[in-house]
Amino acid sequence: MTKDVVLDHVSIRFGSYTAVDNAHLSIQGGEFFSFLGPSGCGKTTLLRCISGFVQPTEGRVLIGGQDMRNVGPNKRPTALIFQNLALFPLLSVAENIAFPLEVRGVSRKNRRRRADELLEMIALPGTGDKKVHELSGGQRQRVAIARALAADPDILLLDEPLSALDLKLRQHMRTELRAIQQRVGLTFIYITHDQGEALTMSDRVAVMNAGVIEQVGDPKTIYNRPRTPFVASFVGETNRIPGEVVSQHGTTVTLSTPVGPLAGQSGGGRDHAPGAACQLFIRPEQLVVAGDGASPNRFAADCTAEEFEGSVQTLHLKAAGLPLRLCRMNAGNVAVAGPGAGALTLSFDPEAAIVLPYGTEADAAA
Amino acid sequence: MTALRRIFSEMTSRHGLGVALFVAGAVLFWVLVLVVLPQIAMLDYSFRHNLPRAELGGPRDAHTLANYRYFLFGNGAGFNTLDMGVLLKTLAAAVFVTLLDILICYPIAFILAHSASGVGLRLMVIGLIVPFWINEILRAFAFRVLFGATGVINGIGQALGFWSTPVDFVRADVALYAGLAYAYVLLMVFSIYNAVETLDRNQIEAARDMGASWWRVHWRVVLPIAKPGIASGATMVFMLTAGALAAPQILGGPSNLWFTQLIYQWFNDAGDWQRGSAYATILLVVCLVFVFLMMRVFRVSIAAIGR
Repeated sequence: MTKDVVLDHVSIRFGSYTAVDNAHLSIQGGEFFSFLGPSGCGKTTLLRCISGFVQPTEGRVLIGGQDMRNVGPNKRPTALIFQNLALFPLLSVAENIAFPLEVRGVSRKNRRRRADELLEMIALPGTGDKKVHELSGGQRQRVAIARALAADPDILLLDEPLSALDLKLRQHMRTELRAIQQRVGLTFIYITHDQGEALTMSDRVAVMNAGVIEQVGDPKTIYNRPRTPFVASFVGETNRIPGEVVSQHGTTVTLSTPVGPLAGQSGGGRDHAPGAACQLFIRPEQLVVAGDGASPNRFAADCTAEEFEGSVQTLHLKAAGLPLRLCRMNAGNVAVAGPGAGALTLSFDPEAAIVLPYGTEADAAA
Repeated sequence: MTALRRIFSEMTSRHGLGVALFVAGAVLFWVLVLVVLPQIAMLDYSFRHNLPRAELGGPRDAHTLANYRYFLFGNGAGFNTLDMGVLLKTLAAAVFVTLLDILICYPIAFILAHSASGVGLRLMVIGLIVPFWINEILRAFAFRVLFGATGVINGIGQALGFWSTPVDFVRADVALYAGLAYAYVLLMVFSIYNAVETLDRNQIEAARDMGASWWRVHWRVVLPIAKPGIASGATMVFMLTAGALAAPQILGGPSNLWFTQLIYQWFNDAGDWQRGSAYATILLVVCLVFVFLMMRVFRVSIAAIGR
């Protein structure tokens, strides 16, 4: 069984401090949903609110259509995986996994059988009698997942569970987590400050900043069509060029900028009046060194440094005093432009650039 | 011995020879002069006759088991049930006081470690420590005042109509148990606190999240972590209670005799230091055996207590 989660205008305040400000969204059953944001943005508080450790100051949390007010964490159909996993050090691996069953009074024999099944599922058969400290970081990770699944939850809540792992393991566990989610078909709600994790694993992502949910969408929309300057600059690398609106035709906005007139898409479909101060965001991989042909959005830049990483090459550029980055795949030819190559002509597709006003989502809504 | 030498050389290389010598000297003085030598002297005493000064070193000054025989059989035939009964009662009372302290201190220690913070925490700690600025005898007398026939508790109880004639808390040993439990509360609280404090709060929340009731959270998650602390606290409280003298003297009912009072009587009233030593040795050995037995039963290692 999967259940949906609805946050109905949820605000959480601690004294005068607002940790979560009017979060309003619904998470579908069976969805892998991530909250992405920098530390202190309120995402963990929101997760603790869904799991029942924090009560909303305003609004409601509904799980499977049921209002969760006054329902304790031990009575909710959620299982929380903590950032530090919170495995019990004095219990064996099997006892850890079977703890939710022990709570329900399942017999010792059946508990052990279920624990062994789950160990099989997380590819750690035969480790049931080990102590937790005998396992590696990645193995502990999987035990924590098995323990959460043993509770037969409808919704799994994960609080940055990969942050303690090294890079390689983290990347491996991303795939693993996604695979487990699709196998068990539960609703996963995932908290992270790592945009790579959020984008690779999630069906949908909510980007949070300073207690406010700035944008909700699938990873591609979040990355390619950010609605706010924060989302544009927090998720992925980007170049920012300030300017002033000249005109708008449909969703295409033309700006006058220090590097010349540039056109881009109006982020979030806003209408901009001529003369308004705006900023244009263009991803490093969308910038290209233009040939002689006619292409839109052409402007000149100087290359100041080059980073060659093998498959990817990054050029550090300067155009009218603005620092820019350009990323491209290694084309295999040796004669690629580098520092001292003189002035380059850059260009980008107006469809790939986003024009946004200054300020946050909260300002825009006000 | 090699381990000791290694520790010494490590300390020399880290802190210098002066510090190493001081620590070695202090530890040696502590163990040898303050612990081992007096115990050996007392042990030797306990195997000797109580002789007048003139006969010391004479032909009658030989080792004997008479003092221990007296504890077992008294003067006549048959067992010395009186003294053995006192010992048993002392042990039982010490166990009771220890359990009482565990019951009182476990919640306090848990709250200190995981719920209290800021001003509340500091007030709790000060509240626990301040009463111990008053000396032990005075505290014992305060409890006599508290529990006496015209004391505060009887006054309140009668005023509120719970009982009409004064209850003799002293004769019923309530005053004694309360006084002893109170005297060692601090040792128990801080022992348990030290252990419980290491518990990661997330583990409590994880257990709650998985549906555990509060008692199960404590039984399966908190208590196992607290166990070494409870064990070391219980050991101290038990030993000190069994060896207490002032509180039983002041708060004990007229019919109640503590084993330490027997020892005291042999030393001071009867002037028989040899028999007093034997009784003290018996108390020590019985207590040690009891503690080790309990550690075995509850599967606590001595290393866990030393933590």
